Amino acid sequence: MFLSSFLRTIPISLEQGLAYGIVALGIVISFRILAFPDLTVDGSFPLGAAAVSRLIMEGIHPVYGVMLAIVLGFIAGCFTGLLNTKLKINSLLAGILMMTILYSVNLRIMGRSNIQLLTVNTLLTPLESLEMNRFIPIIAFFFLVTIGIKILTDMFLHTQLGFAMRATGDNEQMIRTLGTNTDNMTILGLGISNAFVALSGALVCQDQGFSDVGMGIGMIVAGLASIIIGEALLGTKTVQRMTLAAIVGSIIYKFIISVGLRLGLAPTDLKLATGIMVVLALGIPALKKEKEGKLHLRGV
Amino acid sequence: MIELAEVKKTFSRGTVDEKVAINGITLHIRDGDFVTIIGSNGAGKTTALNLISGTYFPDGGNIVIDGVDVTNIPEHRRAKFLGRIFQDPLMGTAASMSIEENLAIADLRGKRRGLGWGVKKSRRGHYRDILKMLDLGLEDRMKDMVSLLSGGQRQSLTLLMVTLSIPKLLLLDEHTAALDPKTAQRVMELTEKIIKENNLTTVMVTHNMQQAIQYGNRMIMLHEGKIQFDIEGEEKNNLTVEDVVKKFGEKLKDETLLVA
Repeated sequence: MFLSSFLRTIPISLEQGLAYGIVALGIVISFRILAFPDLTVDGSFPLGAAAVSRLIMEGIHPVYGVMLAIVLGFIAGCFTGLLNTKLKINSLLAGILMMTILYSVNLRIMGRSNIQLLTVNTLLTPLESLEMNRFIPIIAFFFLVTIGIKILTDMFLHTQLGFAMRATGDNEQMIRTLGTNTDNMTILGLGISNAFVALSGALVCQDQGFSDVGMGIGMIVAGLASIIIGEALLGTKTVQRMTLAAIVGSIIYKFIISVGLRLGLAPTDLKLATGIMVVLALGIPALKKEKEGKLHLRGV
Repeated sequence: MIELAEVKKTFSRGTVDEKVAINGITLHIRDGDFVTIIGSNGAGKTTALNLISGTYFPDGGNIVIDGVDVTNIPEHRRAKFLGRIFQDPLMGTAASMSIEENLAIADLRGKRRGLGWGVKKSRRGHYRDILKMLDLGLEDRMKDMVSLLSGGQRQSLTLLMVTLSIPKLLLLDEHTAALDPKTAQRVMELTEKIIKENNLTTVMVTHNMQQAIQYGNRMIMLHEGKIQFDIEGEEKNNLTVEDVVKKFGEKLKDETLLVA
């Protein structure tokens, strides 16, 4: 009984883990590559969902909705970067401000606080109507999208521009003396990061069949938890390893959550459990007085 | 070549903490000069370098590099003129990136960075050759993260990074002060070799008077944000630590400066 319920959580963990893995990849770019604690995520995730849902309701093909989501997410991230670099607003506060602003923006886009998509055609409808177990094509779809984004990210981070972005997070003073405008790197990186997050939001809402203005709450904490789990298993030796860790971590995180729910964890306590998980992961190195385990962040 | 005209810098202006760091410096550095700058703590040595590099903008005066007035040009746009090495060996390299990735970043100093591959295959051979010059075995560790290297190794790598695209002016900010004496000696020898081979115009700030006298063709002493003396050629070659102490002992309150 126990084992079978355990196994039954695997497909759903894979599906959600891969879909939310794109958020984790976005957070890798902000937190890990740029060392920028970007909280915009909680707002850009529902932003992507809002954009695609609204366009679907307007009868426009979901592909355009997904593209719009990516563009809007990019712009939102750039704004956070501008607040931080040009107006010199602390990085955490810049993200919180943007997240708050996006709450109103998302409501404007949707026109109400939630949109249900169960009865309309989405990007995933053709896959769901195939003559096979629903999980197979859906998991394959999210696998291809998420791995595709991982590979693109790995490639970008090995270009000249990608090097400059990594160096901006690692040693801002050094790369500035080598002629890179680090403000632009921060703005661009946050744009890319939130474009990923909005894309994930746009796909997740079509997968679960609804968009809700509150669907981004706690997204940053869940994403961080995923990254921490993945890195504990795979390490951060190379960029490829780091991005893989985010995806693997995301799947394991979803697995832990769904097992927890099956074992009787109340859904309302989910964020409490996730929060405690992150506190422990970030706090244990400090309690052990390890310097290396400490998260290196700029502007905090 | 490098021209500083009546350059001034005051920190916390208009508050009780007001501190005049640079109080009107006029200085002409010729092509090929190797200038050493000494002075006690707070004399304005590092501030002078920060003004040249654009980390700070001056409150008054002009800075001209190679005929271009850079007084109001931000730091990242002066990069094509300047190479800089800091006291902290951690500051010159990106720890989470590999040795070859660090070299590749420096390879593009002051140039546009696009979507081409960061490490070009065609440059790898060159990176290997110059790493061999260091004689630290780094040529076989090109994929290793820089965080695995010691302070001396990192500072040596930083020196190599400077030579990848020759700057008009090399700024050395006490770049051997944080190293153990043996490593410091090694890095200093390497520095001199690189400066000579590439005929680099160099400004080196140092706390170590022996070093300031031994290296370079010109020596400047700063005191309270002003140039106290500026000697070169024969006169500098014949200078000893005792001479300087005798002449300026009362101004060199900082004990660390006196121990060679």
